[in-house]
Amino acid sequence: MTDLATKPTTPTAAPARSSGAGTAWLKWLARRLGLAVLTLWLCSVLVFFATAALGDPIRAILGKDYATSPERVATLTAELKLDQPLITRYLDWLGGLFTGNLGNSIANGLPVSQLVGDRIVNSAVLVLISAVVMIPVAFGIALISANARGKRTDGVIQIIMIVLAGLPEFVVGILLVALFSTTVLHVLPAVTIAGGGAPPWSKPGSMILPVLTLVIAVAPYVSRIVRSSLLEVLDSDYVELARLKGVPERIVLRKHALLNAIVPGIQVIALQLAWLAGGVVLVEYLFSYPGVGASLVDSVRNSDFPMVQVLAMTIAAVYVGVNLIADVLSILFTPRARTAIAS
Amino acid sequence: MTAPVALRRIGSQPRLLTGLVITVVVALVAIVGPWLAPYGENDIVGKPFTHEGSWLGTDYLGQDVWSRVLCGGGSILVISVLATALGMIVGVMIGVVAAYAGGWLDEAVMRLNDVALAFPQILLALLVLTAVDQPSWWMIVLLVGFSHAPRVARLARGVALGIVSRDYVTSAEALGESRLRVIMAEVLPNMNAPLLAEAGLRLTYSIGIVAGLGFLGFATNPGAADWGVMINENRLALLVQPWGVLAPVIIIGLFTVGTNLMADGIAQLAGRGD
Repeated sequence: MTDLATKPTTPTAAPARSSGAGTAWLKWLARRLGLAVLTLWLCSVLVFFATAALGDPIRAILGKDYATSPERVATLTAELKLDQPLITRYLDWLGGLFTGNLGNSIANGLPVSQLVGDRIVNSAVLVLISAVVMIPVAFGIALISANARGKRTDGVIQIIMIVLAGLPEFVVGILLVALFSTTVLHVLPAVTIAGGGAPPWSKPGSMILPVLTLVIAVAPYVSRIVRSSLLEVLDSDYVELARLKGVPERIVLRKHALLNAIVPGIQVIALQLAWLAGGVVLVEYLFSYPGVGASLVDSVRNSDFPMVQVLAMTIAAVYVGVNLIADVLSILFTPRARTAIAS
Repeated sequence: MTAPVALRRIGSQPRLLTGLVITVVVALVAIVGPWLAPYGENDIVGKPFTHEGSWLGTDYLGQDVWSRVLCGGGSILVISVLATALGMIVGVMIGVVAAYAGGWLDEAVMRLNDVALAFPQILLALLVLTAVDQPSWWMIVLLVGFSHAPRVARLARGVALGIVSRDYVTSAEALGESRLRVIMAEVLPNMNAPLLAEAGLRLTYSIGIVAGLGFLGFATNPGAADWGVMINENRLALLVQPWGVLAPVIIIGLFTVGTNLMADGIAQLAGRGD
């Protein structure tokens, strides 16, 4: 289940007139980068204060021991530097983010930086494979649907897409597990088991269900947006002209329509990729996939807030980065916007 | 719009009608279910994960799955509806004020909004739950509601921007009406349709997030029946007693599909300009 309502962002307005095309570009890029950095900094404030200032970390860590052993409360408070003012702790932590000194996990005492490295790689692989599978599937469905507009095929595809879009991703995942590995068929592994620190893709079979779940969660949104931009293009004058010239419908669809539907496509794919960075939380937990999401759930449960802070910042950074890239790409792909910046 | 006209419009939109029927049925199950349940939600009716009890067998403690499905919808329903209402109210307020005020206030509000949008909704809830020992239900309402607000605000601002420049708003201002009154009497009533569709969509997401938190094991009321938590409790026995997991999964799925169809139907009605 993803966030369709957050419509693709339009790139920040370009400066109207400037000296050369190159400098105008650089100015736009600098402004956009500045915004990304500002967003990330505000994110860090939000992450830090949500985890460290609300609630009582010590009470959450110790649970029932909180009331019975005041000396442990005191040692833990000193160890986590909770006796220092909030601002000092925030600045220390922010400095740590830049120098790579991320503190130690509360659950097992190991350095956070050592624990999250593999996890980030694993999640990135999962998300990228899902995206590589999802993009052609979504565009293909959109093409079929737009081509058969108003016919029965289109109607059926639309209904299926709305139903799939409504299902939360863990519901999709569990239904797939029941279908393919436990209750109906027994053909695919239900959990990711990669022993001895081997990467999960060393057993490709166990990647199938997590990837399928993410594809089903995301593809409906992408295909619906691409379909509606395809329909818009198909109604335009230049497509009509191409048809009148006698260009076959197949080529009209592929060359005239699809290429022009790519820009809105990029925006929605970026949004969905960014969503995947967080959407993997439930899916990774469901399949015990050793990634950022499953680790985040465990850390939240253990009140391991140094871990939670770093994992949350990672997810936010992915989001901000992907959006930045999408904005730059859509400017590059839109001649109109390109000239607006350059002129 | 009078009641018969409204009914006819709903009837002319099959998606809206189907969605409405599914949603109402699931909501009814959640509301009256506890009275229909053959056993109490915590009654032990047999051995764990067997076919004892009523038709869906027993769960991890030997409690009756069917009874727990009937009893376990109330919390999700209430929390999701309240969170959606909170998110809509806060979001619409922020969006409309930003659009109406314009200038630096608009810019500042929307920048802060971007920050909030950089967090997947469930992440915000997880962040705060890190430092909380036992989440209470109102905490989930607040977290889910506030995670909706920036998303609603972005939409509301977009819709409101198209309205604040209209002539009737300018003339209301020229008549000397207060800003609050202009917003309440001129701007908001003209945003009904898109906001209603957005509310349907937000409800879909609320149900997904609230049930998802239960599925991750963050129970607001340990021991009580809850569709999301049930999945987590019975997950290990998916192979031997699938109904302990499948029954809550299917009903959560039905619920979100219903609300999503409803939201889509409203959006189509609004798009046609009725």
